[in-house]
Amino acid sequence: MDSAVPEIDLNRTAREHAAALRVGEYTSRQLTEATLSQIRSEQDLFNTYITITEELALQQAEAADDRLSTGEGDPLTGVPIGVKDLLSTKGIPTSAGSRMLEGYRPTFNCTVVDRLQQSGAVIVGKTNLDEFAMGSSNEHSAFGPVRNPWDTTRVPGGSSGGSAATVAARGVPLSLGTDTGGSIRQPAALCGVVGLKPTYGRVSRYGVIAFASSLEQVGPFGRDVHDVADLLTTIAGQDSLDSTTVPEPVPDYKAGFERGFEGLRVGVPAEFFGSGLDESVRSVVETAIERFETAGASIDRSVEIPTVQAALPAYYIIAPSEASANLARYDGVKYGYSFKDGESVDEEMSMTRGYGFGDEVKRRIMIGTYALSAGYYDAYYLKAQKVRTLIRQEFAMALSKCDLLLTPTTPSVAFALGEKIEAPYEMYLSDLYTLPVNIAGNPAISVPCGFVQGLPVGLHLIGRPFDEATLLRAANAYQEETHWHEQAPQSKY
Amino acid sequence: MSLSIDEVKHIARLARVNLSDAEVTWMHDQLASILDHFEMLSEIDTDEVPPTAQSFELTNVDRPDIAGASIARDSALAGAPRQEDGYYRVRAVLD
Amino acid sequence: MTTTTDPTDKYEVVIGLEVHCQLRTQSKMFSDCPRDYFDREPNTLIDPVTLGLPGTLPVINEQAVSYTILAGLALGCRIPEFAKFDRKNYPYPDLPKGYQITQYDQPFCLDGEVAINADGRERTVRLERIHLEEDTGRLLHRDDGGKGYSLIDFNRAGVPLMELVTKPDLHTSEEAVVFLRYLRQIFRYTGVSDSDLEKGSFRCDANISLRTHGAQELGAKVEIKNMNSFRSVQRAIEFEIIRQAAVLDAGGTVEQETRGFVDGTGETVSQRSKEGAHDYRYFPEPDLPPLRIETAMVDELRASLPELPRARAARFESAYGLSRDEARTLTETRQRAEDYEAAVTLVGDLDLASTVAHWLIGDIAGRINELGRADAELIDTGITPKHIAQLVQLVDEGTITASTAKDVLGFAFDSGDLPETIVEEQNLKQVTDVHAIKDIVVTIIENNPKAVDDYRGGKESAIKFLVGQVMRETKGRTDPNSAADLIKTTIDS
Repeated sequence: MDSAVPEIDLNRTAREHAAALRVGEYTSRQLTEATLSQIRSEQDLFNTYITITEELALQQAEAADDRLSTGEGDPLTGVPIGVKDLLSTKGIPTSAGSRMLEGYRPTFNCTVVDRLQQSGAVIVGKTNLDEFAMGSSNEHSAFGPVRNPWDTTRVPGGSSGGSAATVAARGVPLSLGTDTGGSIRQPAALCGVVGLKPTYGRVSRYGVIAFASSLEQVGPFGRDVHDVADLLTTIAGQDSLDSTTVPEPVPDYKAGFERGFEGLRVGVPAEFFGSGLDESVRSVVETAIERFETAGASIDRSVEIPTVQAALPAYYIIAPSEASANLARYDGVKYGYSFKDGESVDEEMSMTRGYGFGDEVKRRIMIGTYALSAGYYDAYYLKAQKVRTLIRQEFAMALSKCDLLLTPTTPSVAFALGEKIEAPYEMYLSDLYTLPVNIAGNPAISVPCGFVQGLPVGLHLIGRPFDEATLLRAANAYQEETHWHEQAPQSKY
Repeated sequence: MSLSIDEVKHIARLARVNLSDAEVTWMHDQLASILDHFEMLSEIDTDEVPPTAQSFELTNVDRPDIAGASIARDSALAGAPRQEDGYYRVRAVLD
Repeated sequence: MTTTTDPTDKYEVVIGLEVHCQLRTQSKMFSDCPRDYFDREPNTLIDPVTLGLPGTLPVINEQAVSYTILAGLALGCRIPEFAKFDRKNYPYPDLPKGYQITQYDQPFCLDGEVAINADGRERTVRLERIHLEEDTGRLLHRDDGGKGYSLIDFNRAGVPLMELVTKPDLHTSEEAVVFLRYLRQIFRYTGVSDSDLEKGSFRCDANISLRTHGAQELGAKVEIKNMNSFRSVQRAIEFEIIRQAAVLDAGGTVEQETRGFVDGTGETVSQRSKEGAHDYRYFPEPDLPPLRIETAMVDELRASLPELPRARAARFESAYGLSRDEARTLTETRQRAEDYEAAVTLVGDLDLASTVAHWLIGDIAGRINELGRADAELIDTGITPKHIAQLVQLVDEGTITASTAKDVLGFAFDSGDLPETIVEEQNLKQVTDVHAIKDIVVTIIENNPKAVDDYRGGKESAIKFLVGQVMRETKGRTDPNSAADLIKTTIDS
């Protein structure tokens, strides 16, 4: 329809696209077409999407153009976005990265997708992930692994690997992921983008396919902190369909940006810099700490989270326990994959689940079933819930003395595909610094803070419950100081 | 606590996850190694610590008793692996 | 079974009951899906939450909570300050999520106490707890000539279900039935449930064990299911007592198991499942915040409790001068008791309270029975307490005779018209004009010389014939006693 399609710079942030759309530099339809073409070529390289929702995207883009032409619209109106394929989208296949949901099309939208659509954002596709969000490398996807745009022999992290990689690869400026133990922050760090896990209860989980209900939150990925703040504003807030969302009003997350580092008290807990931390990552993070200090923040190295070493086992008891129940509904009776050649209901159910689930999912269902079973409940599940109390208390104590905590996001940079697939516990260790935060429920963000041998390193900031504003303010001040977030993975394609 | 092969089979049955004999062995070895790492929890003193099931202080979240609408049966059954006369169909379930 | 002696001579029977009762809410327990599935096409009362579609979350129905607490208060329970929901894990095709949301260790009601009168004596039955949960779907078995197959209807899934558990305080089948009838009466009085056994909204399981008199240890507990009427509860318990006694008499041991009652044979049969013992792996429901039951809420509910049947019957006896049986009959349902009191109030004369009772227990009860519906009440006959009050007043004032009143009631049933209207329109007023009656009497005496002679000859019964003639002539509108007096004085004069 357009004879002269303008050249569209897909390095732009959502905010820059929004400004261009408003002045008529290009239309949302044109931006969406350019995006669809980009993510199709990206798909061949990185396997970032499970479903590309072209038809819906173009419809939404045209609706956004109409809205923008009347001078209306939200910050995200007309801006393309990718959505983790764990979020229910009405009438559009929603797979959770599993064979189990073969052919499943939800009859409803999850609340955050509804909110995106109300804001006028254009959903271009459902991004690849570890099956049922269980994994830290995106190798546990029934649709094949996602590859890291910085080095395609390496993992993008997980479980929201597709959402992180497509933002890094300049497919979309924004995406949504979910974070149960680090599934937003860890891939954000490994792919060199910004990713935020909101406080538990800040964002609705309704329609988000459940893995570990008491730990997970939906959160934004972006290439800069402004965009992440805008996307968080769009999705946050109480939802009458999710009883675990809180009534606290959603503040103006960017109101404090002008104050920069001024008066920020930053705690650096030594437990996050122990022997598991790769030395090169340590030195990159130490440099970041110096930047904070020279830019005006005060650094407090006396804060402690002493029980943090117990967070990992506690997490790998609590999350699988909840998962063992959450995934019990996949029995081949109501929807999805079904084994039909059995002799009995029980046999068909077991075969359906034996074939339908991948190894990591089965492993976690087994751990969770065991941890809750008669005779082991006290030693495992109950013990883990008590450890959770201690960790929560320790975070609350540490954050009573400072405004936020600063740690590495991950112990190492992106590892090679296949490197840890046979060693589950090694894989679990890549969430060592992120999962304690899910146990406590606090918000946290990962922002790019440098490179080790050409691979991105993430800086992890942890805030007080419902104080995402301070996290975003600090992260924004840091990115304006360093510009690490402007680096793009160009060499590989 | 050491995990036995029989326990693995029992858990698999409880969880309704079919495992071949080879998978049972493989699963046993992996679970045993993961459980070893959990042992350190016993070193944490939690005698006086209450458990936390949810990381917030919300209570009493409920809704008024107002009925909405059912979804269309056809749209629900459209995805059913087996159906008959408006019902979901399964192999014989014995009480 | 060859036992000819009464097994209770030798053994003490110990019975505990578990009662499931559906609550009479508008919507389901955890979503706004409509609740009343009776007579509905299969799978037409379903929504994403009911079906447990991936990502759906429960939201507590506040009315269901209130009903449960109300029932607990009516049954003398203690309402703890904190309550929560838990997940009970068991894979079954009629359980959409593979777990049931129920209450494990913190139910809404604890420690109730109920007084019953059975086998001619007063007993106290202690309640252990009442908790709230969601009902399952319904399975239908079809035979295709081979192994058969099952069909699932999820209309019932998610219906609020209250479970009441007694202590093992019952000892005979009659006690069990009396107790169950009382429970049903209380659930109906408080309006929390229609408690209809045939519709399945009131279901009961019984745990039965035998021990020799004086023994300390309880015998092995056998759980009996599938009892769909009070009659089957009675038969099942009686069968089971004889069966267990026979096993023990033969030197055997009773196996702890679940048995189903078969209505056709009157026997219980073992329902040994292949899986053996269950391991429900309860854990706190992470999708629902706990509940704090405020004293104010409990006080408000307690204040809203209706006067319960026992108290009401006692008051009816003393306030209205009714017999014990009359009082009990009139308080059997709350509606009947309220209709009675409404009529008494309208009449406005306590001396007539027992007359009102006679009408309700007599002709009106007869009419209600003719309707052939177990739950039929006064309103279903087409009349109201106002009709009864007018009827009683018309007779009392002498406007109509008792026999006319019966006819008026018949007209009222048919037309719904008020007695005053009927009497007016059909000219049924008692003929009290002495001159008018005198004229009729004179005519009848003239026309029936034989009867007059018989009377004069000392045959008192001849008067009855003459009175009958007067009644016929006046269409029953004359008081027969005054007619007889008038005839006698006329003949004698």
